[in-house]
Amino acid sequence: MIAYGGRWGGLPHLPPPPPAAGRQGCAWPVATPSGRLLELEEASVQLDRALKPAGPRANAHRFRLSLQRREAIACALFIAPAVLGFLVFSLFPLLTSAALSLTDYHLAGWPRYVGLANYATLFGDDLWWQAVRVTGIYALCVVPLWLINSLALALLMNQNLRGMNVFRTIYYLPAMLSGVAVSMLWIWLLSYRYGLINTSLRLVGVQGPNWVGDKRWALFSIILMSQWSVGWYLPTWLGALQNIPTELYEAASIDGGGWWARIRYITLPMLSAVIFYNLIMNIIWATQLFTEVFMVTGGGPQFSTLSYMLYLYNNAFGYSKMGVASAMSWLLFLAVLLLTIAVFRSSPAWVYYEAERRRA
Amino acid sequence: MSTPTRATLPRQPFWSRRMRRTLLKVLTYLALVTGSLLFLFPLYWQVSTSLKTAQDTVRFPPVWFPVPLQWGNYPELLHRFPFALYMRNSVFISALVILGTLLSSSLAAYGFARLRMPGRDIIFMVLLSTLMLPGAVLLIPQFVMFQSLHWVNTYNPLIVPAFFGNPFSIFLMRQFFMGVPHDLEDAARIDGAGYLRTYGQIVLPLARPALLAVAIYTFLSTWNDFLGPLIYLSDEQKYTVAVALRYLQGSVRTRPENHLLMAAATLSIIPCVLVFFFAQRQFIQGTVISGVKG
Repeated sequence: MIAYGGRWGGLPHLPPPPPAAGRQGCAWPVATPSGRLLELEEASVQLDRALKPAGPRANAHRFRLSLQRREAIACALFIAPAVLGFLVFSLFPLLTSAALSLTDYHLAGWPRYVGLANYATLFGDDLWWQAVRVTGIYALCVVPLWLINSLALALLMNQNLRGMNVFRTIYYLPAMLSGVAVSMLWIWLLSYRYGLINTSLRLVGVQGPNWVGDKRWALFSIILMSQWSVGWYLPTWLGALQNIPTELYEAASIDGGGWWARIRYITLPMLSAVIFYNLIMNIIWATQLFTEVFMVTGGGPQFSTLSYMLYLYNNAFGYSKMGVASAMSWLLFLAVLLLTIAVFRSSPAWVYYEAERRRA
Repeated sequence: MSTPTRATLPRQPFWSRRMRRTLLKVLTYLALVTGSLLFLFPLYWQVSTSLKTAQDTVRFPPVWFPVPLQWGNYPELLHRFPFALYMRNSVFISALVILGTLLSSSLAAYGFARLRMPGRDIIFMVLLSTLMLPGAVLLIPQFVMFQSLHWVNTYNPLIVPAFFGNPFSIFLMRQFFMGVPHDLEDAARIDGAGYLRTYGQIVLPLARPALLAVAIYTFLSTWNDFLGPLIYLSDEQKYTVAVALRYLQGSVRTRPENHLLMAAATLSIIPCVLVFFFAQRQFIQGTVISGVKG
């Protein structure tokens, strides 16, 4: 790779290596006293010329790039598909949607510029405010529940007891299943007359509520459902828990710290980077609530479960108001961005990076 | 307990400590077992409902275990709805998406992990930041874009983007590549292998655990994807399992046939469960790799 010019790609069908005589001496960096690859390369180029003074003209066209540049070109080619994908499937749509949000566009015809009218419409739209409220309540309930429940589960499982793999599997399994199948199952479980939950309650003499048909219970039911997939976070937590050095706990128990002190002063600080990551991801996920409400309640009853994404979907694909939907998506984007920045800003106060501390 | 007592009664603290530990163990198991039952019972209920007669599903008190098991529900479902076709569609899409993701993401991950280029790390950070982009933001413009390409009601919008990298997979595999020692690659390069060959013949075989984790993750997210197929596929023949389930739910709602609905739901999750058990260890390890490290 050092001396054979132009072989930055190492494609298997490229011409065979030139005569070995000129190569051997310089193909081994170890053998040279200087050890610098660049010099090796130049030496080999000169050797090449010396060996084949009247070589074919193709020789003159061969790449003679420095190793660094060749590596950079290889790198660019390796990452090119991903960068192209980013430009075409993320950046371009992001910018287009900003432009679309300023237009009146119904998929047919050409977008018509309307300025900030879409945003004005949204701010005066009661349903939009309802969607914001529903998503806000959902996020406020679900994010702490996800974090606390999954962390508590992980702490329970992190004791060196037999059979933990079985439990891990059981709790992780529901998180693997599709939102649609899970929603169907919960429609059935929460059914007012025949659902498992209400028939079980009836067995003990309690009349359960109309879970998804009552506007006071519908959002609660969706939140309840979401907790079934709490196992999603287990691997991350368990991985992080196992990375905490046991010396810290030994030190704490010598100092007479109880279980709460151990969690409060060792586990939580050592996990704070993972908590930070999970917090951000959870917030983003909570704002994306769609499949469950689309399947189970359709946003009802009386818009009590109209999530932001559902309203966006209805606007775009129900009423084909693409401009309004784009404005909605930009407002969501800004909200998520602000929340993320806020969490990032707060992180120095509570996130403990061991690596940084050690370096300092 | 003060020290003098411990000195006079050496056995006592030993016992109390052991008892406390046993108690803690028992409580842990109790909590975990109760939780497992709560977590598993919905699934049990789904499968058992799918094996009941229509009358048994609405009986009170509930039929906890159907006798005899109505295996016939499954052939009936397959007879009345082309569910096998939907499964095939989902398998087809998932296979291509996995292929595309593995190819493009591993290439990019190798570039980001090993090959030096000015500005490389900035590009990586930008790419990674799309992980924090809510999918909703891209939904509308992507739809408009694919519509102008006449890709709506084809599989292209679901498959083609996979061949252009996926930030999460790139991140996961990059983490893995960074942990692989350089020696083998250096040896390959000295022996005259180019970058592409080093990547294909040396690095990829080593990265099998990471590739498998990405493949499983991609399979699950593609198989379970709902919004994509929902907005792009309008032809019933082209439905994926997830969209077909929703269509089933809609069409049966007028006449409650919950045993058939649950049979369909059960069929749809079988591939996920199989994949999960087949490669559970890999997957859990893979996800741990992706766990944040800086």
